[in-house]
Amino acid sequence: MTPSLDAYVMLSAALFAVGFLGVLVRRNTLVVYMCLELMLVAATLALVAFSRFNGTEDGDVFVFFILTVAAAEVAVGLAIIVALFRARQTVQVDRLNSLRH
Amino acid sequence: MDQIAFISLSVLTLACALGVVLSKNAVNGAMCLLLCLAGIAGLFVQLHAYLLAFILVLVYAGAVVALFLFIIMLLDMQGGQPWRFRGPQALAGFIAAALLVVGLDMLAVRGRLGSGPPVGHTVGSSLKLYAYQLFTTYLLPVQVMGFLLLIAMLGVIVISRRVGEAGAPK
Repeated sequence: MTPSLDAYVMLSAALFAVGFLGVLVRRNTLVVYMCLELMLVAATLALVAFSRFNGTEDGDVFVFFILTVAAAEVAVGLAIIVALFRARQTVQVDRLNSLRH
Repeated sequence: MDQIAFISLSVLTLACALGVVLSKNAVNGAMCLLLCLAGIAGLFVQLHAYLLAFILVLVYAGAVVALFLFIIMLLDMQGGQPWRFRGPQALAGFIAAALLVVGLDMLAVRGRLGSGPPVGHTVGSSLKLYAYQLFTTYLLPVQVMGFLLLIAMLGVIVISRRVGEAGAPK
């Protein structure tokens, strides 16, 4: 008895929601960033499951590209966070309020 | 057997994801992220996407989490801001996440995704098929990805220069 597609999609949705929750409630920029990665991985899980259950390989190839973009994104994002820390001496989201209205 | 493996892997993954969100210490969060990615890689193996599981462990667990740990230690945020439940903001966060999961699950249930068995051959397992797809149908995206990586590398070099250094933007 293999798990159904529904089970994979629900797991992916739950994982995405956990990442979303983290982005909303945490105040540390690095933790927020890790939660963003979590959301990205949840999306890849759904893609792989759809690809497997429909017998196509397009989803798998897309996951390839998503992983590439995620690696580039992490590099740039962490560089920005380090630059921000140098300029402001903090990475707490609520202290980074220069653009606040 | 498959069902037991799926349930245990998904429990591991979700528990570690919650660990990322709730852990006080950012280093513990990164370690939870590592375990969570290991769980996802196990699920990929269960979906016969062996190559993707390998790449996930290599790129995410090997490079991304290591980079996170480096930056956490570089910025020295040991025991920094602990997680706190702070009023309306956190409440709104919980409600939004709950709504999201309910909505997506309703979509999954009502949308009749089809709960039949997996179709077709084990597509994801063959490296040859991947290579064929990448170099025929997806040749242009592959080249765009190459440019993207180059641009990201240049961007990181430019961003991480100290202000005031020779050639750095003022």
